Amino acid sequence: MTEPLLTIRNLSAAYGMASVLFDVSLEARRGEVVALMGRNGAGKTTTLKAIIGMVEAKAEALSFSGHDIRKLPSYRIARLGLGYVPEERRIFTDLTVQENLDVGRRPARDGREAWTLERLCAIFPNLAEMEGRRASAMSGGEQQMLTIARTLMGNPDMVLLDEPSEGLAPVIVEQMAEAVVAMKATGIAVLLCEQNLHFAAAVSDRAYVIEKGAIRFSGTMVELEANDEVREAYLTV
Amino acid sequence: MDLSFVIIQSLSGLASASSLFIIASGLTIVFGVTRIVNFAHGSLYMLGGYLGVTIVPLLLDVDRSLPMFLLGVLISALIVGAVGALMEILLLRRIYHVPELFQLLATFGVVLIVQDLVIKVWGAVEIPGPRAPSLRHGVFILDQRFPAYELFLIAAGLVVLAGLWLLMQKTRFGVLIRAATQDREMVAALGVNQAWLFTGTLFLGAFLAGLGGALQIPRVAINTQMDISIITEVFVVTVIGGMGSVPGAFIAALIIGQLQAFGILIFPKITLVLVFLLMAVVLVIKPWGLFGKPDASAGRAILPEGILSLKRFGTVDNLVAGVAIAVLLALPVFGDNYMIKVGIEVLVLALAAFSLHFLIGVGGIVSFGHAAYFGIGAYAAGLLVTRLGFAMEPALILAPLIAGAFAALFGYFIVRLSGIYLAMLTLAFAQIVYAVCFQWVDLTGGDNGVVGVWPSGWATSRQVYFYLVLAFTLSAIIALRHAIYTPFGYALRAARDSATRADAIGIDVRRIRWFAFTLSGAAAGLAGGLYSFSKGSIDPTMISIPMSVDFLVMVLLGGIQTVMGPLVGAAAFHSIKDFFMPLTDFWRMFLGASIILMVLVFPRGIAGAASLLTDRFKPNPKPLGLPA
Ligand SMILES: Nc1ncnc2c1ncn2[C@@H]1O[C@H](COP(=O)(O)OP(=O)(O)O)[C@@H](O)[C@H]1O
Ligand SMILES: [Mg+2]
Repeated sequence: MTEPLLTIRNLSAAYGMASVLFDVSLEARRGEVVALMGRNGAGKTTTLKAIIGMVEAKAEALSFSGHDIRKLPSYRIARLGLGYVPEERRIFTDLTVQENLDVGRRPARDGREAWTLERLCAIFPNLAEMEGRRASAMSGGEQQMLTIARTLMGNPDMVLLDEPSEGLAPVIVEQMAEAVVAMKATGIAVLLCEQNLHFAAAVSDRAYVIEKGAIRFSGTMVELEANDEVREAYLTV
Repeated sequence: MDLSFVIIQSLSGLASASSLFIIASGLTIVFGVTRIVNFAHGSLYMLGGYLGVTIVPLLLDVDRSLPMFLLGVLISALIVGAVGALMEILLLRRIYHVPELFQLLATFGVVLIVQDLVIKVWGAVEIPGPRAPSLRHGVFILDQRFPAYELFLIAAGLVVLAGLWLLMQKTRFGVLIRAATQDREMVAALGVNQAWLFTGTLFLGAFLAGLGGALQIPRVAINTQMDISIITEVFVVTVIGGMGSVPGAFIAALIIGQLQAFGILIFPKITLVLVFLLMAVVLVIKPWGLFGKPDASAGRAILPEGILSLKRFGTVDNLVAGVAIAVLLALPVFGDNYMIKVGIEVLVLALAAFSLHFLIGVGGIVSFGHAAYFGIGAYAAGLLVTRLGFAMEPALILAPLIAGAFAALFGYFIVRLSGIYLAMLTLAFAQIVYAVCFQWVDLTGGDNGVVGVWPSGWATSRQVYFYLVLAFTLSAIIALRHAIYTPFGYALRAARDSATRADAIGIDVRRIRWFAFTLSGAAAGLAGGLYSFSKGSIDPTMISIPMSVDFLVMVLLGGIQTVMGPLVGAAAFHSIKDFFMPLTDFWRMFLGASIILMVLVFPRGIAGAASLLTDRFKPNPKPLGLPA
């Protein structure tokens, strides 16, 4: 078995004096969709931010694609092929859709096919014919698609996806699930933060459950679905 | 007023608006991306002017033509752009994460350094520039003559506007600048190396400043005061337009250009006051300017850490204070005249620094224009005595009252703002006071000031005056210190730590901060009054920005969180200045470099660094919060 794409060993993080993460360990292999499940405030977002260097963190190991990324600035981590889709979406609302995508554009690595507007529109049909639109004029669902598309423009090997289904209509959530599956089909690994078990179960291979900043469960998605105890204790159903 | 006159007047308003916009757009772009208010932007503008009067004549010697003139202007601007990029690499890059107050101070350090460098290279006399070939004539508009170069400037402003629009809309660099202005952390997470983006932005901003400066050479003689005078105007433009907004800067420059062009007809002396009045009104209605976004400075630390643990005097502190007072009491007995003079100055400065410390440390209100109230006190006392024949005693009583009244007036607007906008507004008000004192020559003596501000007969001896100063400053400091521990002081600190929470428990945050501002202004005014009698004169340096910065440095040197800090800081700063200034022609450069060093070495403030050390020895410091 080759080394995982993303390895986290004993990651701890804090906001000032308040410790939030305690020895979180997880890993994801190439092309794998891994869910990080947990209630509001469990520490999912903080985990992602710690990975890409947005919050200060300590870890025994934190590596991506064979590189130690503990001391790297965010932009270097992104250039290694680790994309981040934030929970708040953080679309550049003053920019057009096309310009938002342009900010994310980076050359493709090792001869893989680069993402283009056409390929993105195949996954997110709503984005078609919207290039000139100001991002501020988009609906919430469209903004969620744009933020994922923007990250894909960087041609990542892995995407950290923070609660993509949050606050969206069921139809759009379904599209999001299809988008994740499509990303996986192109070989992109995904670390998916979710509270929505149905959504996560539909797309993920494996799952971790986090509560109060510590990992409480890890296993396949099938195992999690079968484990009533864990689900009732740590997930809102 | 006939039509042609109105047209000419508004055209000349457009010409100045155009120059103002070119310069202000640079400042606002730099702020948008880096979130740093670059005080040295005016220095870059001045540098553009000096390079212009150096390079353009050389090129005109080769060929006296308009293209050569423009080439010279362009080269000057490009060099300034390179200086800006260098400034980003050497300095700004290291201070993106320090509190805003320190960023302002560090870039002000650059202002000081550039001032001395410019004098060293070009001398202190002003340098008239060459006229632009082919644009020396006048154009007749409805029978009125209007200089062709002014028309050219209007066109230049429009060209810059169009160029910036193209750059921002049509290039990747422009798209990245706009994206970073909104959310630079996200831009980094998308793989953009901010270092280059920031360096490029500084290049662009400095280029615009240099362009604005070099374009002035046919209009004004280039001089060493250009930096501060333009930076104030540019601050006003960007604050009115909204920090970070290029269209905002354009609209604001247009408004101000017209206001100046027509205001000068109605109130020839006080156009500046009109401009600041406009700014105050805009900020009250739209606290983030016409096109600004609230997030521009929200959630950022303006102050260094370590202010939260303001400690009451312990036994040791009491002992130290006691010894200090004993030494002061004995000073006139064993000290010579020089020591007494220095003692008086230190006491006066200590009071001024303490009043600023009260504002910053207790109120969380970072004033960048505290010299205004010090100066108003000095001028009030000086003018009452020399112009109205008052005696010293009533003048000394009126000085703090008048300074307090002005602090109340300005403070009414100031306390509505926070963070960097607040700092800039305090600076703008201080500049009004400075400008009025500088320009109202009949009353204030302008640049020369007024001499003959002497104490009453009984207090003329240095010894007696020393005791008088000691009595006044000590009582004022003790009174202010006492106020820190009254319910008012607790409320003020609660408001500093969390305005929303203080609001929620029923504290009228604005009123309490307004009162603090007034009180602090009055105390500074008392210091100013005492100072004017010790000098025997008043002059505008007492109100200038460098004076305000001196006060800030004293407070920071001594440490923000200790009550004794500003006093120690004032003594240390004054002694260093007194010792080094006569030894060197480069005091400003020395001071500027020291300020920058302080910010780089102690990014948390000297106070923060010291408290780190002392906390290691004192395991259980008791921070003062609201009483339970
Ligand atoms: N900026 C912050 N400052 C302080 N505490 C924070 C901050 N962001 C999150 N927290 C705290 O960290 C904990 C984990 O938050 P988060 O990672 O956002 O959880 P999740 O994404 O699982 O909802 C929560 O208790 C939250 O209150
Ligand atoms: Mg979250």
